[in-house]
Amino acid sequence: MAEAPGKRTHWDFNWRSANGFKGGTMAFFLETLLGGLMAGMLYSLVALGFVLIFKASGVFNFAQGAMVLFAALAMARFAEWAPAWFGFESKFLANLIAFALAAALMFVLAWLIERLVLRHLVNQEAATLLMATLGITYFIDGLGQTIFGSDIYRIDVGMPKDPAFVLESVFEGGVLVNLEDVYAACLAALLVALLSLFFQKTVTGRALRAVADDHQAAQSIGIPLNGIWVVVWCVAGIVALVAGIIWGSKLGVQFSLTTVALRALPVIILGGLTSVPGAIIGGLIIGVGEKLSEVYLGPYIGGGIEIWFAYALALVFLLFRPQGLFGEKIIDRV
Amino acid sequence: MSKKIGDVILDVQNISLRFGGVKALTDISFNVREREIRSIIGPNGAGKSSMLNCINGVYQPQEGSIVFRGQTFSQMNSRQVAEMGIARTFQNLALFKGMSVVDNIMTGRNLRIKSNLFMQAIRNPFGIGGAQREEEQHREFVEHIIDFLEIQAYRKTPVGQLSYGLQKRVDLGRALAMEPKVLLLDEPMAGMNLEEKQDMSRFILDVNDEFGTTVVLIEHDMGVVMDISDRVVVLDYGRKIGDGTPEEVRSNDEVIRAYLGTTN
Ligand SMILES: Nc1ncnc2c1ncn2[C@@H]1O[C@H](COP(=O)(O)OP(=O)(O)OP(=O)(O)O)[C@@H](O)[C@H]1O
Ligand SMILES: [Mg+2]
Repeated sequence: MAEAPGKRTHWDFNWRSANGFKGGTMAFFLETLLGGLMAGMLYSLVALGFVLIFKASGVFNFAQGAMVLFAALAMARFAEWAPAWFGFESKFLANLIAFALAAALMFVLAWLIERLVLRHLVNQEAATLLMATLGITYFIDGLGQTIFGSDIYRIDVGMPKDPAFVLESVFEGGVLVNLEDVYAACLAALLVALLSLFFQKTVTGRALRAVADDHQAAQSIGIPLNGIWVVVWCVAGIVALVAGIIWGSKLGVQFSLTTVALRALPVIILGGLTSVPGAIIGGLIIGVGEKLSEVYLGPYIGGGIEIWFAYALALVFLLFRPQGLFGEKIIDRV
Repeated sequence: MSKKIGDVILDVQNISLRFGGVKALTDISFNVREREIRSIIGPNGAGKSSMLNCINGVYQPQEGSIVFRGQTFSQMNSRQVAEMGIARTFQNLALFKGMSVVDNIMTGRNLRIKSNLFMQAIRNPFGIGGAQREEEQHREFVEHIIDFLEIQAYRKTPVGQLSYGLQKRVDLGRALAMEPKVLLLDEPMAGMNLEEKQDMSRFILDVNDEFGTTVVLIEHDMGVVMDISDRVVVLDYGRKIGDGTPEEVRSNDEVIRAYLGTTN
């Protein structure tokens, strides 16, 4: 947002505005904050995938990124193919069918992973399980490209691409928001809310929490671990699908989508691997932190802070609170 | 005592269990009759918890078998054992810490809830209609247990915040919610003061009396054991050294030796 140097019509949030620095106004600060929150919501979503699986099965799921790509590929390609398969034109219908098919595919994937991998690794070391998910990562990557191809594909679910200005009555020129980000953030927030409801209010959710707390006790009251794992991986698959659709429609469906999961790592360190609220708040902190640091520190330290800021923050955090903001304190049994 | 002790409901036959070189159990046999309170006692490390874990399907013994209501099982997991009607509590508390008292006990109803978890998650993710009604019935049952165990005041409290003694009660409540035929209790009174122990003894006796639940009890407090047990098994170093009524066990020389720690 261009602004005449020295113009002081806005309420000056920052001393720098006096020097004509564009980051100097409240409106601009709000813009940055909002942008950060919205990006953060998406990080939360991916982090949630990790947390769900870790809580229920003690597995750090390295394959989360691969699942995002796989789901996005399925979504993009099915939407492309569906009209030809079923002989219709409607874009909306194509997206709907693609979503249903992609979700079904994620269910099948979850079931296969439980059947072929997890079931045989009950009570194994965390490192063994991690290696297993590493294997799953390569498998899913390969499978996805074999079935769906390895070009760059588009997902178009009708997200608005134009920016909009809001609060024009409060701030001159208004606050610039990216509508696409708003939609994405709302979608992510909705999914998070639905998941919380599912966990807190349903029998299955309660069983999931029970398994997350204590495998042995959960089994002794007849909760089937295997069934729970399928449900959890399905949920993680749906989370991956939604994340894949959002990121895929922003950036295009391509291999680099798998790195979205890496973005979630600092979020998990911050929020704790065992905490759902931690994943959400951690994501928001990282999102906002990235944007604010880029805008307000960038001019001094040099650009590109956005890329490493999250990791630096996570590192500092590790020093003082290794269990994360909300994670359970790690106490060794003696 | 007026209660009717029935036929053998649980028969443990020649169980041997090893962990690598450690022989936790060696050729253990004993039976449990319907509606009796059967205690397992023995010094630390005698193999009491291991025995319970074999019955509960946590450990699979290398030798021997366990017959429950005429059905033999050797390679069962805890979930299958739960389905057969055996519930347990844990020596080291294993409650679901993040949940309230009500929710913890509610998890014990899991097997009584009809459709399986997965189908329920798909068909009815937010518990509308029929599932809601079913949930209410189970909740009512849970409320009875809460009244019975006198923990009404803590219904909504996260279990992690309760005193140790109260957590032990919730553990019992969760097992009771399963409406089990047999209840396995691993040191339900450990770490309790006298008053709490008396309460717990009363609950165990009441459960046994009112619901006809068979109880297998591991306990270190000899006073309690001699008071409430119908029969007692004594283990030492993974072997059975005594079996009988409290009076018989009390006067058994080998048992006395094991407890006094003398070798001759
Ligand atoms: N999971 C396990 N792995 C290896 N060894 C085990 C395991 N569980 C029990 N043991 C060993 O088996 C033996 C019997 O242990 P157990 O816990 O059954 O004793 P206990 O009679 O319950 O003792 P306590 O009164 O202290 O609870 C011990 O030597 C113990 O170290
Ligand atoms: Mg023990």
